[in-house]
Amino acid sequence: MKIAENTFNSPYQADKNGFYGRFGGAYIPEMLYPNVEELQLKYKEILADPSFQEEFQQLLTDYVGRPSPLYLAKRLSEKYGGHIYLKREDLNHTGAHKINNTVGQILLAKRLGKKRIIAETGAGQHGVATATVCALMNMECVVYMGSVDIKRQAPNVARMKMLGATVVPATSGSETLKDATNEAIRDWINNPVNTHYILGTAAGPHPYPDMVARFQSVISEEIRKQLLEKTGKEIPDYVVACIGGGSNAAGAFYHFLDEPSVRLIAVEAAGHGNDSGESAASTVLGKVGLIHGAKTLLMQTDDGQITEPYSISAGLDYPGIGPMHAHLFESGRGTFLSATDNEALAAAFELTRLEGIIPALESSHAVAKLKDLALRPEEVVVVCLSGRGDKDMEAYIRNLDKF
Amino acid sequence: MNRIDQLFAQKKQNVLNVYCTAGFPTLESTLPVMQALQSAGADLIELGMPFSDPLADGPVIQDSSTQALKNGMTLARLFEQLKDFRSSIQLPVILMGYLNPILQMGVENFCRQCAAVGVDGLILPELPLPEYEKEYQAIFEKYGLYLIFLVTPETSEARLRRLDAASKGFLYAVSSSSTTGKDKDMGDQTAYFRKLQALHLKNPVLIGFGIKDKGTFTTACTYSNGAIIGTAFIKAIANANDALPATVKSFIQGIIA
Ligand SMILES: Cc1ncc(COP(=O)(O)O)c(C=O)c1O
Repeated sequence: MKIAENTFNSPYQADKNGFYGRFGGAYIPEMLYPNVEELQLKYKEILADPSFQEEFQQLLTDYVGRPSPLYLAKRLSEKYGGHIYLKREDLNHTGAHKINNTVGQILLAKRLGKKRIIAETGAGQHGVATATVCALMNMECVVYMGSVDIKRQAPNVARMKMLGATVVPATSGSETLKDATNEAIRDWINNPVNTHYILGTAAGPHPYPDMVARFQSVISEEIRKQLLEKTGKEIPDYVVACIGGGSNAAGAFYHFLDEPSVRLIAVEAAGHGNDSGESAASTVLGKVGLIHGAKTLLMQTDDGQITEPYSISAGLDYPGIGPMHAHLFESGRGTFLSATDNEALAAAFELTRLEGIIPALESSHAVAKLKDLALRPEEVVVVCLSGRGDKDMEAYIRNLDKF
Repeated sequence: MNRIDQLFAQKKQNVLNVYCTAGFPTLESTLPVMQALQSAGADLIELGMPFSDPLADGPVIQDSSTQALKNGMTLARLFEQLKDFRSSIQLPVILMGYLNPILQMGVENFCRQCAAVGVDGLILPELPLPEYEKEYQAIFEKYGLYLIFLVTPETSEARLRRLDAASKGFLYAVSSSSTTGKDKDMGDQTAYFRKLQALHLKNPVLIGFGIKDKGTFTTACTYSNGAIIGTAFIKAIANANDALPATVKSFIQGIIA
């Protein structure tokens, strides 16, 4: 395995300034410039370094437990047609795809000589994955998390604390992922020398979207190999993934971006419905704007104030999407769907009962759209099952008698 | 001549620039605060355009921004409020803010309105230098708007020179790498301030962030042409209510008298 090298000249990859079409870039105040510039100048070189590759691959294998299985979900396939494979990121150490990125970034932080790590988290999976690698590497760890999310993802807060991280509540705005990210960025501004910011999704200023996508690209690299072994063909008809900022989707799509026959399906959170005023579906409700240093599709008022999103899923409760995805949307390369809270809950219960797999609420949004694909019997679908549902048991129990 | 240039042609020392958030503490405070600043003896006004997610700001300015938005402040309303401000205010005025509301209004439309009401300059910390040069500079120049760049203690010398060359009116030297309103010790920054002096920059330099009283103002002014006060001023007027002009006056006098 090798971390994706940008050797092909894909229109769906970041250009040298971090733009995907008209989206991306690095719109940051001067106080962040030296840190972000350092990353921009060094990330490709560090990622390409053989000793980095070796350490990264070893940790992915021995610590994360990769490759993650590609599982043919027979009963789900019977119900929706086609051959539905689940890419089991939920079986990774710490329970989600987030660890692929944090392992990569902690190794990078070490090579940059950083001593202190900060992160934002929504569902808490990225916070746990960051606290985990910080424990492993003996680094100080501070995680910012919206107060609303601290309540709705309590098990992950406990895990972070046990792992030795300091969890700082973000109390502004809707007290969710956007606000946690604001606080993490402010921390970085105030600690310009010794701190690395492990951003947890394919968003933020260049080079984060590209760097995170590269660390997550192991997902599609494995899918290709595993499909070849299982079906004799590397290329599926569909790849389906949920989108908060877009890191699991970026990883699952990465090695299929330039395979035009593969339909890339991105699923956003529609909360109570896209007309309800309580949704997080940025491609439906957003316009071009700037959030967290990147130009992308953003939910906002006519006055350009960022609006507060809503989703039952803390990991998808974000008013923007990563710039790669904004470009996939605008160029038509990706198909963007959205799933409501209720559709996601129904999908979670169905997957649990058909396959014995309790998914994370985020991942359930991806599973929920299988019903909309109208699959033909011969078609092959890969759904990125980005995480497991342990953290969401409270929401599931609350809804047990509805489904 | 741009009013900012006029100011620095006349005054090279102890220039006091005060930041206030438009529409704070009440929606209709914008003009009264500016008028009070002028009569109290400020030299320059930096008017903040409120934004929902002010990434570079600490809690005090964040809260003022949130309050202003709650009061109903918008960019369009700000230009309405500023329509006739030049009939009473002669000080140079700079609009400071985040890019997204400007993008929504349209950059050229925004600049046209700035020029129409009599704004002299802009501080847009998120606007990247190359993009400014490629896409914005010509528009700003067409409307006579100066863009003021920020530098920090972490800014390399080569970049300092680049930013000084691009900046118009003055250069904004952030005293320590931080969000606004952090109480970092100014005494620790003297090496950085001396370095700025030794570079003999093309622009006048104003030091901002952490200037909160006479002592910090005086310290900053010994190394520069003047200083910028934000958080301390916002705190002072937050609960001023009817006594706004008197509050502003005593605050400013406490700094410059
Ligand atoms: C299990 C899981 N899936 C998906 C996401 C959404 O993030 P992204 O869009 O970056 O994959 C999260 C974020 O917290 C998550 O925990």
